[in-house]
Amino acid sequence: MSKFQFPQSIKSRPVYGTLAPQPGKAHLMIADAEGAEALLDLAEQDSTIMAQAHIIFIPKGTDFSDKLRALSPAQFYEGPTYEASIQRIRHVLEHAHQGLQVYLAGTEGLMGQAQNEAMQAGIPHTSIQTEHRGSVARRMQCVHCKGITEDVLFDPFVCSHCGLNLFVRDHYSRRLAAYQGVCIDAEDPGNIPDPVELYS
Amino acid sequence: MTIQFNNETFRDDYSFSNSDWAIKRFPFPFHEDSYMYSVNMEQHRGGPAGSVYEKRFDVDEHYVAEMRDRALVLADDPLRCQSLPHMTLAGWDLLELIMVSKSEDYPDLFELHRDGNRWRWVNKPMGIDDTFTFLDETTLPYGPMEYITRQAQGDFCVLDQRDDMLWMDAGMVTTQADWSLDFDIGMNFFEWHAPVPLAHEMGIFQRALKFLLNIQQGSPARRLNWTMTVNPLLDTSPENYHKWGIQKTSLTPENLGAKQHLRVELQTFFRLPRSNALVFPIRCYLCSFQDLMTMPKWGRRLHRVVRDLPEELATYKGFIDNRPMMLDYLSQYDDGLSTSRGIWPDLETEPPLQR
Amino acid sequence: MSAAPQKTKSGAEQIEVTVSAVVPVNDLVTRFEFSRVDGQPFPTFSGGAHTVVIMNDDGRRRMNPYSLMSDPADTSTYAISVRRDDAGRGGSLFMHTQVKVGDVMTLSYPVNLFSLDLRARKNLFFAGGIGITPFLSMIAQLERMNGNWELHYSVRSADLGTYADDLKTKYPNNVHVYYDDQSQSIPLTDLLDGQPLGTNAYVCGPKGMIAWVHASAKEAGWPDAQVHSEEFTAPQPGKPFEVRLCKSDMTIKVGENESLLEALEREGVDAPFLCRGGACGQCETTVVSHDGEFIHRDHWLDDDQHASGTKIMPCVSRFVGASLLLDR
Repeated sequence: MSKFQFPQSIKSRPVYGTLAPQPGKAHLMIADAEGAEALLDLAEQDSTIMAQAHIIFIPKGTDFSDKLRALSPAQFYEGPTYEASIQRIRHVLEHAHQGLQVYLAGTEGLMGQAQNEAMQAGIPHTSIQTEHRGSVARRMQCVHCKGITEDVLFDPFVCSHCGLNLFVRDHYSRRLAAYQGVCIDAEDPGNIPDPVELYS
Repeated sequence: MTIQFNNETFRDDYSFSNSDWAIKRFPFPFHEDSYMYSVNMEQHRGGPAGSVYEKRFDVDEHYVAEMRDRALVLADDPLRCQSLPHMTLAGWDLLELIMVSKSEDYPDLFELHRDGNRWRWVNKPMGIDDTFTFLDETTLPYGPMEYITRQAQGDFCVLDQRDDMLWMDAGMVTTQADWSLDFDIGMNFFEWHAPVPLAHEMGIFQRALKFLLNIQQGSPARRLNWTMTVNPLLDTSPENYHKWGIQKTSLTPENLGAKQHLRVELQTFFRLPRSNALVFPIRCYLCSFQDLMTMPKWGRRLHRVVRDLPEELATYKGFIDNRPMMLDYLSQYDDGLSTSRGIWPDLETEPPLQR
Repeated sequence: MSAAPQKTKSGAEQIEVTVSAVVPVNDLVTRFEFSRVDGQPFPTFSGGAHTVVIMNDDGRRRMNPYSLMSDPADTSTYAISVRRDDAGRGGSLFMHTQVKVGDVMTLSYPVNLFSLDLRARKNLFFAGGIGITPFLSMIAQLERMNGNWELHYSVRSADLGTYADDLKTKYPNNVHVYYDDQSQSIPLTDLLDGQPLGTNAYVCGPKGMIAWVHASAKEAGWPDAQVHSEEFTAPQPGKPFEVRLCKSDMTIKVGENESLLEALEREGVDAPFLCRGGACGQCETTVVSHDGEFIHRDHWLDDDQHASGTKIMPCVSRFVGASLLLDR
């Protein structure tokens, strides 16, 4: 499957790469949906790392689980949602040691949130690998009410918490794992442009 | 001199005003008749007597009212003050820097009595007299950074220095030019400046970062930055933009002189000793256009700067829609005479308006 | 400049001090302790900071950086330890042979290019020989903060183990000393394995040791950002060379035993500096043109910049050739 090329943007916007095997005694891989394909590609580059790999996969309706299982990772977990997997991810990170390699693949929302967990556990963000696959939907924070709206595909959009009409900025916070949404009609109440699909 | 503190507000009825003294010492940010980004850093080692540069932390007639406004902002939104866990030591460094500076620079207003780690801090304008143990958080009502910045004008960003980079890891931010600490905390220098147009391409931030990384203990630096604000509103935060944004549309040719304010930030930079962090106080000064026009040189110059500012900058600074109306107003104060270099009003030597 | 431009002086602020103690530690290392001439307290500092010691060697000004090894919270004194370098350009020899109690000297304010990452869950220190000095102030700082640390210290022999016995006595559970003459070495691979996430490693010592720690950590999958090192390069003597300075409109000669930076200072050309050891980047200078070869010795410029011939760090790097034109 071809990968989406995000347009060049401002310096706070994350840039995703291509997963590559790194030396390490343990490998934590977290992916959702089409992110599985990035893990399959990773295993193709070096299948030996799978003997020390822990895969956490959220299928989101895809059928990659069997293919991932077939890589024979040391541990494999299929989670129904990211939220359901968080406790497991935190537990793994809490007991991990220096040298753990973290590989994240799939949607921006999943990678951002898992990256934040790894950072909290003490891994610098520069050492966490990411590869975008699948949906280009964004996880957005409303700067006004602080609520997070998941899977935003249109600009502007309505905050799912406070109901303000927000425009989608490229300004991104790793700590919140979210882009910033700002009221679009503050200076001209009620004047809300028609929503346009992102990157269209 | 003893400062007379104004009883004034920065919201609702906006009773804020500048005395003649405050207008005269206003840090007008344009040293020539045009403006472009530059790394306009200089050493922060005093300045002309009475100027905002004279003391390490300037205290003026707005002090008590600004601190009251800060308390209101924090009561409404405590996330405006945050410190990541590793920044507590830097908070103590900052507390020490401010207490020592203020008690030395304004002995009639502030006192610091130190007996080992047993410290007594007296803040007369705010009626505070606290005794605490330095480096022991349990002896203060807030964390050290929050405690002292509830008593110091201006925003404070406390930047950790790692890997030849600065990180926005703590701050007290309630008088900001439309940026969110809660969103930006944890970002590096390039990331929190990401939304600023043009300057990245000009290499401004690379040069500024290099300068800031090398600021050393005992050698603070400073620069001025500016933007525009309608009404003397200190808290122009993104958090509340849906509430204050509409005020930008309230300008009319009749009220512009009183309502439109030039907003100037005196930014200073101090290396903190124990933590090796860098503190970046951003002190906000507001002055209405009509008060600025009492200085003929500033009237002439402000017109030329606003007129010639590139469109991206006028957009970023949020006054592109109001620029035509601002120019109509300002052009009345520009008689085309040349202006002296530098930011000072030069009242004695600059001629009055020739019309 | 926004207002009242002031001339910026090079280097950090300075403090006049009196030498309060000269203590031989072993055959090679001597400790110097200082008190302030004006009786004021010294500025506190962060663990890992250094000071530049300004020496008046019979009219010749020498400026050498040394790590501050005293407790950062003790504002009554600063202390450094100097290893005698018989083959060096003379700064350490001057300290060892000329400096005595009561002498008045000048120190720079503390500058830290090797600071602790205060987020670290644990701090793993690797020291070789005189590379122990920055860790002494770091340890003092961490002890006050209840920090988690461990020191692995490699020395030639018990006789030359600078402060090794003191450290072992004071912190028996944290300090591990390895003696070369007993064929002991730091079990680096084992130590890098199994550390908790968020551990940071710090190394100070000979060039080879620093490279060894970096390479081993990389191999063990450690993030680069969690391995810190400090290496000051002392300027090396070299063939004299001539430099043309555009801005100053003069031609100067750099002697065999002085650095380009020192030659600039001798001629009254103000050049910024902090570390004088090729690490801080302050003295970076643009090369306008050159006909010859650079001898780059700094850690500031990257390989591409070195190869490009457009930049030079005057504190440690030299030049051999027909002509060199600098933007100074």
